[in-house]
Amino acid sequence: MRNKGLAMPYVAWMAIFVVAPLILVLIYAFHNGSSFTLENFRAMGTYAAVFGRSFLLAAIATLICILIGYPVAWFLAREGPGLRRIATIVIMLPMWMNFLLQTYSWMSILENTGLLNTLFQKIGLIALVNGLFGTDFTYFPMINTRGAIVLGMVYNYLPFMILPIFTVIEKIDPRLIEAAQDLGASSAVVFRRLIFPLSVPGILSGVTMVFVPSVATFAISRLLGGGMVTLLGDLIETQFLGGSYNPYLGSAISLVMMAIVLISMAVMNRFGEGEEEAMLL
Amino acid sequence: MRKNHFGNRLLLALTFVFLYAPIFVLIFFSFNATKSRTVWGGFSLQWYVRLFQDDAILSALRTTLLVSVLASLIAMVAGTAAAMGFAAMKRRSRHTLMSINNIPLTNADIVTGVSLSLLFMLAIGAFNATIGKAAGITLAKGFGTMLIAHVTFDIPYVILSVMPRLRQLDPHIYEAAQDLGARGFYAFRKVILPDLMPGIVNGTIIAFTMSVDDFVISYFTAGNKVSTLAMEVYSMARRKISPEINAISTLLFISVLALLVIVNLRQTRQNSAMRRQRAALTPKT
Repeated sequence: MRNKGLAMPYVAWMAIFVVAPLILVLIYAFHNGSSFTLENFRAMGTYAAVFGRSFLLAAIATLICILIGYPVAWFLAREGPGLRRIATIVIMLPMWMNFLLQTYSWMSILENTGLLNTLFQKIGLIALVNGLFGTDFTYFPMINTRGAIVLGMVYNYLPFMILPIFTVIEKIDPRLIEAAQDLGASSAVVFRRLIFPLSVPGILSGVTMVFVPSVATFAISRLLGGGMVTLLGDLIETQFLGGSYNPYLGSAISLVMMAIVLISMAVMNRFGEGEEEAMLL
Repeated sequence: MRKNHFGNRLLLALTFVFLYAPIFVLIFFSFNATKSRTVWGGFSLQWYVRLFQDDAILSALRTTLLVSVLASLIAMVAGTAAAMGFAAMKRRSRHTLMSINNIPLTNADIVTGVSLSLLFMLAIGAFNATIGKAAGITLAKGFGTMLIAHVTFDIPYVILSVMPRLRQLDPHIYEAAQDLGARGFYAFRKVILPDLMPGIVNGTIIAFTMSVDDFVISYFTAGNKVSTLAMEVYSMARRKISPEINAISTLLFISVLALLVIVNLRQTRQNSAMRRQRAALTPKT
């Protein structure tokens, strides 16, 4: 039973397939194919706008996920056990289909001749807006905008915000709440002084699970941004598989992105003093 | 806690509508008679018929399922073993190894994908230039490299869900089993494994989900000869997506739904059976 040897194959596996690849990224970032250099990082200035845009869009998506996800998790935790169980399954179910299938579906919803625009036309919304503001839209441009990308991020990662918050709130001992109420706390005070502070680990865990994939996405921006909006993920992807093949620069961009993400996570965790880990499921 | 009133429930309902709207759009237009994915042209099953004649999509589906099943099963065994090994370690080394274990979880997918693709590129290049050249074998990225990548990001999920179970385990039970004459693996199978089972099953299911849902890591590690369903959709999106994709999404959704319903019904039945059993066993007062 107490056998450390059982872990050895996996330790070797991690050394080869987790640690070594990251060391390679580190080496490549400081290399140009023939010698060690810093030129990859000097080139980074050109991409400052892409960095800014990626982090901004990801931050907006994360914020929207909190604003929707927190109330949803909180209301859900107050439902009966049967409904709670069904609701968790219902939230997880879309994750079982590949996210690209759903992102593709959003394309048909948001297109210029897509479902939403057809609906807006049918109910006269487009004519109304044109009449009110003197514009002449034949459709509302929704696809290939930054808004569409943020929508795609929110849609794909919202469950990753709801579930950890829900798990944490659900675990709060109801006797704590009763005790607070017995001592005369109103619902607002119970929420502000008790439930919210106790649910912070869930929020932090949700933020990590939404923000990190949002910063690095390239499929969502390619499908819903139509290649008009370049994000960090697109930039890295083109360095490795796309037209401008340069794995050295790609590694450097990945490294800087990773560093910024790690630093912001560390700051956030310090700020939230999130000792406890709230895991998905 | 106070119950929800109407407004709160409305928010829940709206969120579910938001989460399911694209799925219902996919399903609805899979029955469309025309090629359009936004204009309804009448009911037809033609996309389902064509789907089963489309080798590219079918083989992508096969690849997706195969890599997910294989990777999650390998992760199930390797992850459980690794978790047990970790549990036997001293606090410090366990802590270090768990931090490394968490890297693929916290890292952005694209970084995992890119770093592994660098490793595969160099390893395959080195092999082809030496042993491969001598033996006349040329390796390339493909299903194997993609499977390695999937195993690498699946194992951490199994470990994370088995670890808490191991911590709750009473070490004396295993000793008691041995005292009663059960040896090594038999004692493990009969005594430890049943306690770990929920964690193992849960971890394997999460691992499978992550594999099915993955696009980015597969995209960077699969090379250009094999492709998963997501990669197929992604490459189609640049051209024109065929409504066959709607048809296959519908089939996937229905199978997942059916699976969940079956699992849940079984669980409910088991629970009520257990409750009845317990009620029968407790003496009435």
